[in-house]
Amino acid sequence: MKVLVAVKRVIDYAVKIRVKADKTGVEMNNVKMSMNPFCEIALEEALRFREAGKASEVVVVSMGGPQCVETLRTGLAMGADRAIHVSTEIPLYPLAVAKLLRAVAANEQPQILLLGKQAIDDDANQTGQMVAGLLKWPQATFASKVYFGDKNDVTVEREVDGGLETLRLQLPAVITTDLRLNEPRYATLPNIMKAKKKTISKLTPEELKVEIKPDFKILEVVDPPKRKGGVMVGSVDELVDKLKNEAHVI
Amino acid sequence: ASTLVVGEHEEGVLKASTLSAVAAASALGDVSVLVGGFGPSVHKAATQAASAHSAISQVLVVDWEKVKHELAEPWAELLLMAQEKGKYSHVLAASSSFGKNIVPRAAALLDQTVVSDVIKVVDEHTFVRPVYAGNALSTVKYTGSGPCFMTIRPTAFPAGQASAGTPAPIATLDTGTIKSEAIGRSEWVGQHVQRSERPELGSARVVVSGGRALKSAENFKLLETLADKLGGAVGASRAAVDAGFVPNDMQVGQTGKIVAPDLYIAVGISGAIQHLAGMKDSKVIVAINKDADCPIFQVADYGLAADLFQAVPELIEKLPDKRQVSA
Repeated sequence: MKVLVAVKRVIDYAVKIRVKADKTGVEMNNVKMSMNPFCEIALEEALRFREAGKASEVVVVSMGGPQCVETLRTGLAMGADRAIHVSTEIPLYPLAVAKLLRAVAANEQPQILLLGKQAIDDDANQTGQMVAGLLKWPQATFASKVYFGDKNDVTVEREVDGGLETLRLQLPAVITTDLRLNEPRYATLPNIMKAKKKTISKLTPEELKVEIKPDFKILEVVDPPKRKGGVMVGSVDELVDKLKNEAHVI
Repeated sequence: ASTLVVGEHEEGVLKASTLSAVAAASALGDVSVLVGGFGPSVHKAATQAASAHSAISQVLVVDWEKVKHELAEPWAELLLMAQEKGKYSHVLAASSSFGKNIVPRAAALLDQTVVSDVIKVVDEHTFVRPVYAGNALSTVKYTGSGPCFMTIRPTAFPAGQASAGTPAPIATLDTGTIKSEAIGRSEWVGQHVQRSERPELGSARVVVSGGRALKSAENFKLLETLADKLGGAVGASRAAVDAGFVPNDMQVGQTGKIVAPDLYIAVGISGAIQHLAGMKDSKVIVAINKDADCPIFQVADYGLAADLFQAVPELIEKLPDKRQVSA
């Protein structure tokens, strides 16, 4: 069984982002980039499927400019078997990514398409659901546990607002990962070396016969309103007094 | 503009987040509310929806076994069918786990984008949404030919007053025509839902949250006592959830619940940006932490550098008793 994992290159989660002065976006120059943490979790899960004998091949796919190759190399160093780079300089939003993924899935015929539940840059939380809809596959979003059944099915525990919910999906299916699904491994040096020999195939949206037509425009990006600096209080009594007589919240 | 709001209810009572979605939609014009589920509870929720807001002109009720649970496959098809019938200019839901699961799937089926987690409606097609865990705000314009799909962040849209006028008419949607190969390929197996007497985290007036410094599940009782004294809900940082002190649905942050109560008390939480993303719109923030240098104090209105195991019991003792249900 083949597992396809979509990964996105984003500003590293530990970087404090800076909004550009011209309001066109956030500063990307000389900023540490990494694989989106939720995508790492998705890839880790796929690797565990393979290690458990459930999956035979793990393929990572990423889309965008040439820098995506770095992220794919990271995926290969973590243990993916091969990689696909869908190369384009057009800004991609979730619907376009979902269409490209559908086309890649049509070529690759995976039984499971794994994605992170959201990317920590645009926080959209859409791509997995969209591609599941386009492929007409069932979906389990926000997964915190995945078990394989014996009837070509998976059982997925998912994190929902009220607690946890369990679904059973027939394969092929789309699964998006939440934080607590697993803890991704680090790439070891030997694996980083090995990754250099693995294949990254390149495709274009044209080759995939996907037309990217943006129906969404970013007008401006600004800093959120700053909270005014508060005060330190010296004691619980002072805190209670402030909450009662200054903030009037108790 | 005419908007379809996808409603959510629990045992026949509309969720607070749905009322927020209606409030957001009312800024766009005429509102239809879709209420789906299976059995008598749906009709009860529909009756409530009919009087939930003066902008609501119609309630669509769907009593269908397939949408008894929040399975995305039948729900997305249902949205599609409702959209085909009503030709709405906007389709909108709260960015709850339900809305986030269903809306993008339905939108993709109609070749539409989604504007997610909207915090401000600028005009019919221009919206503000947070990106980078709320560290930047992006103003976006939908340029497609419609319908415009969106999810809204409930804390940014206070629920309006229930309408005192004539209730909106309730129409039943026939699901007989819905066919999709995806329906039936997913099955709801079960759920593990936390029941609490406390107000809902997302809409509580007061939230008391704990972090890793609480050290154990047992110690969270201290925060429960504090929350009960204030009539509030209890939340947690990711670290506290990952450590197994509390269940996942209590997590406040970028990937957990977004809260904006009148009073947020962060206890033993250092204040990672991912946590701040979930609570920094609270009106008043109190932080109690032993480490006077931790980042939570930079967003707190009142900071107390103290051992929580001394400060919290003292606070419980000295607070006026406001044991009440949050309005």
